[in-house]
Amino acid sequence: MSVKDKVIQIIAEQALLDAADVRLSATLEDLGIDSLGVVESIFAIEEEFDIEVPFNANAPAESEFDISSVSAIISAVEALVAEQT
Amino acid sequence: MIRVVITGAGTINALGHTVPETLHAMREGQLGIGPLQMRDLDRLSVKIGAQIKNFDPESHFDRQKLALYDRVTQLTLLASREAMVQSGLEITEEQSETTGVVLGTAAGGMTTWDDNFRSVYEEGKNRVHPFVVPKLMTNAAASHVSIVYNIKGPSLTVSTACASSNHAIGLAFQMVRSGMARVMLAGGADAMLTFGGIKAWEGLRVMSKTACRPFSANRTGMVQGEGAGVFVLETYEGAKARGAEIFAEIVGFAMTSDASGIVMPNQQGAARAIRGALADACLSPQDIGYINAHGTGTAANDKTECAAVAEAFGAHADRVMISSTKSMHGHLIGGTGAVELLACLMALREGVIAPTIGYEHPDPNCALDVVPNVARQAKVTAIMSNAFAFGGLNAVLALRAV
Repeated sequence: MSVKDKVIQIIAEQALLDAADVRLSATLEDLGIDSLGVVESIFAIEEEFDIEVPFNANAPAESEFDISSVSAIISAVEALVAEQT
Repeated sequence: MIRVVITGAGTINALGHTVPETLHAMREGQLGIGPLQMRDLDRLSVKIGAQIKNFDPESHFDRQKLALYDRVTQLTLLASREAMVQSGLEITEEQSETTGVVLGTAAGGMTTWDDNFRSVYEEGKNRVHPFVVPKLMTNAAASHVSIVYNIKGPSLTVSTACASSNHAIGLAFQMVRSGMARVMLAGGADAMLTFGGIKAWEGLRVMSKTACRPFSANRTGMVQGEGAGVFVLETYEGAKARGAEIFAEIVGFAMTSDASGIVMPNQQGAARAIRGALADACLSPQDIGYINAHGTGTAANDKTECAAVAEAFGAHADRVMISSTKSMHGHLIGGTGAVELLACLMALREGVIAPTIGYEHPDPNCALDVVPNVARQAKVTAIMSNAFAFGGLNAVLALRAV
């Protein structure tokens, strides 16, 4: 499974949706994921890829990790995974 | 109605080992937050906290006692001792049954949990010290206070996360006001600055790695502290009769529940608690000169709290001073309301308003007078202290000068 598919799977699970229903342009809010859900999703991503995600819930917009949309999250995770290898 | 006054105060926290040291630090706007010193620091991503410095348990307690006292109990007993000495109160056999103790703590004996989990899980030991249970139980501190001071009336521990101390002080106030007890020791403590305790908070991603800057636009989250605060509450008549020095009168208390999020604060729940405490105290917003804010330095708390104060206070919200001393002593979790009550007593007795330090940039969502960076001289006759806990449990106290 690619990084992209794995991230979508994690988000889908958090949003209680089928992976097929997670649009790349959607924001987490669109998918019904609240702030607690965001923190839990990031934890799941860290565990899945064994990476550290720089994210502070106090200032999501200023965090280095872009969570503005599903595709932004996928790119950010791909970058972190690439850095690691 | 029975009037309830405070006649003794004690503390130990990152700003000082006593009340005078703590108030001095608050007046000077000193920072109690610094680099953490603890094992396995390299495995933590949050490396700052408000730790108590130069604290040597052996100089206060003998070996047998230390076998039973978790750090949180040690801190509570030291704060209780200062409060009792200052009050000049002797609890006689006759008075013991009408005296109680209510303390708040979120985590109880966290150091004991941490050390013994390490021992059985990490080191693979199959045996722990026989006193692990009595040492870690959340009521241990309240029980030891009752034993040390021969307190035989109503005693208990309340655990409502970050509002624990305010709930404890509020309940003790109600017990004295209702005639259930004549004297109550009340306050709270937490000592969660352990590896596991910090890891747990790290996970939530609301902790700052740099500083606690409540109400400042560039805030980055909360900073954990540790410590205890304990007060002697008694009837006004009793205090007068024995010629005790009266610090302040507790006049109102209200608690509400948000019934919404488990970690997100709620403006309506907070505003209802503020209004409830005012109503209980028969005070109007115009009477209140100072509010000690919950002011954790998280985006969620600060915005919601300012909106709640604006909602409850109306136009007077722009005139009341509101500061968060967590910027100095960190967030003592269950002990925080007790240490913050010291800033309230300082405002009422000395006319000194403790500042919100670390304040850099105004936040339009927190456009109140937050007493930035420098303490202020001001005469206030009534104050409030806010505490809004995870789980949506809110507790607000109102006090008046005597």
